Amino acid sequence: MHDVASPPFEIKDYLRLAMMPHFMCSGCGHGVALRALLWAVHELQIDKNKLAVVSGIGCSGRVGAYIDANTFHTTHGRPLAFATGLKLARPDLTVVVITGDGDCLAIGGNHLIHACRRNLDLTCLMLNNEVYGMTGGQVSPTTAIGRLTTTTPDGNVEPAFDACALAEAAGASFVGREVTRQTPALKNVIKAAIAHKGFAFVEALSDCVEIYGRKNDLGESPEMLLSQKSAMRPAKPGAADGESFRPHRLREGILVERERPEYGEVCRARSARAAAGEKR
Amino acid sequence: MSAAPPSLQGNRACALGAIAAGCRFFAGYPITPSSEIAETMSRELPRVGGVFIQMEDEIGSLAAAIGASLGGVKAMTATSGPGFSLMQEHLGYAALTEVPCVIIDVMRGGPSTGMPTRPAQGDLMQARWGTHGDHPIVALAPASVQEIYSETIRAFNLAERLRTPVVVLFDEVVAHLLESVTLPAPGSIVVAERKWAKGDERDFHPFAETDDLIPPMARPGDGLRVHTTGLTHTADGFPTQQPALAGRAVQRLVDKIERHRDEIERFETVNTEDADFVIVAVGIVARAARRAVPDLRAEGVKAGLLRPITLWPFPERAMRAAAARARRVLVAEMNAGQLALEVERLAGAPAKVARLNRIDGEPIAPAEIVAKIRELAANA
Repeated sequence: MHDVASPPFEIKDYLRLAMMPHFMCSGCGHGVALRALLWAVHELQIDKNKLAVVSGIGCSGRVGAYIDANTFHTTHGRPLAFATGLKLARPDLTVVVITGDGDCLAIGGNHLIHACRRNLDLTCLMLNNEVYGMTGGQVSPTTAIGRLTTTTPDGNVEPAFDACALAEAAGASFVGREVTRQTPALKNVIKAAIAHKGFAFVEALSDCVEIYGRKNDLGESPEMLLSQKSAMRPAKPGAADGESFRPHRLREGILVERERPEYGEVCRARSARAAAGEKR
Repeated sequence: MSAAPPSLQGNRACALGAIAAGCRFFAGYPITPSSEIAETMSRELPRVGGVFIQMEDEIGSLAAAIGASLGGVKAMTATSGPGFSLMQEHLGYAALTEVPCVIIDVMRGGPSTGMPTRPAQGDLMQARWGTHGDHPIVALAPASVQEIYSETIRAFNLAERLRTPVVVLFDEVVAHLLESVTLPAPGSIVVAERKWAKGDERDFHPFAETDDLIPPMARPGDGLRVHTTGLTHTADGFPTQQPALAGRAVQRLVDKIERHRDEIERFETVNTEDADFVIVAVGIVARAARRAVPDLRAEGVKAGLLRPITLWPFPERAMRAAAARARRVLVAEMNAGQLALEVERLAGAPAKVARLNRIDGEPIAPAEIVAKIRELAANA
């Protein structure tokens, strides 16, 4: 888009350095996802003053505070609802939601499906580390079957959500997934998501070494990052299509890109007609 | 907007008052007996360039309203008891982050789904203490359609001026009354605007302890790029757990409302100057009491009425003064005894306070109040 003209990406230009050191554990993928997001913001040449980052509660929710932009750390599961009001009130802002697997799919699942359905111009970046990290490692809606967590001491028995399939079914006009291991690829998906007009859902597969990896003997960060890739398969539908649950293979890349009426534009057009006194 | 009709329904007056106050964003979820507010907003807001959205639930409704207000647009939601219960978390969020917003609660019979079409006043204490933690709250309790209109405007003005959520509570009777209303001429309505921070300030502290305890708000896009969080935060907006800073941050919120109590408080008194028996009531019950006072005086019983219009913070001085002169105080309310708790605290001697309650979905009639005061007079 503007890549040629833009100066090289310096993450420090987009961070609140006064907030350092950050709170994330060594090996956590959330910082990588943050880097990918800011890289995308840089390449799109989005004015920091016009960037609003809305986050929920959990490890993912804390990521927003490091961004030198208008940042809103809201309540558990509700960042999409806050962002809906903010974007409708201020269509001039680029609104990015940072959420987690628990925040977005458990307590906030209802807001997610309705945000997908409405197709308001928001970008929802869900950092999926398969666990409730902030509260000490409880099972989440994306924890794989058999995994040990502090609330599944005998192994998880609940199937996991395929968040992208959920978003697609609910009507999101853009759906993408990448692993934090491939930061440039993740950046590209996020960049396409922000540039997309309509509701864009991006799942970033992150890793929780300290709490989840250790308990399940998944190795240190390098081992966990390597396994991210082996759990992936290309976006093109293949033989394993029926397997929607992790640890079965998930599709990566831009999975859905379709044109649907953008909710804010529809609202503003309706408002203009009403103001002009047009009868329905 | 079309010419004002000679009579208005309470819920509709609420919506029109909000628009007159500058509300340009409404998010809500259908619930009896408040739905006419959302319905009116869905029709009127787009005509003035505003946004109406029906959200997926009441939690999302108040979240969206707060989101819009964070963007700089005056915003509100409307609900009834069950929805108000769901909004409590975000009432706390708005209180801590000091985001102006207005929450209308049309009270119906509870608890739980209760009696959706029957009136009650069961949410008075929920409005005060429903969300967790120590927080200030402003709650208004109009008693007529005219007052719903004017108090909704006042709710916005207080919310914007004081950077606080404001709750407006009224019972289903007043919500569905059809009464003659005099709407003020356009331009004659006093509308308060938020204090905005300037965009070029260095080291701007979005939650600084200003003289009036109301920090100016940063509008996204103006260049200040601040952080807003529901975590206890210091003046710079970032979280803290340092005891001195955390304690002061919450205390300032409480002090802010107390500091501006004179501006917030509003109440009506009827014959309390020489009253032996003071009735305390809000909403439709206060109107029954207003009728009971002259009836009692006609038969020689010196009755009076204290009607809080601002319910929270409660008009403490007026209550103390009226109770000091009275032989007995009667708290009449459509709940099992909520306002009575506050009045007992302020009446000097709790034994002075008598109660008249209904929790059966029926309003309290003037005759019931007359009978109760007669009984108190006979035993006094």
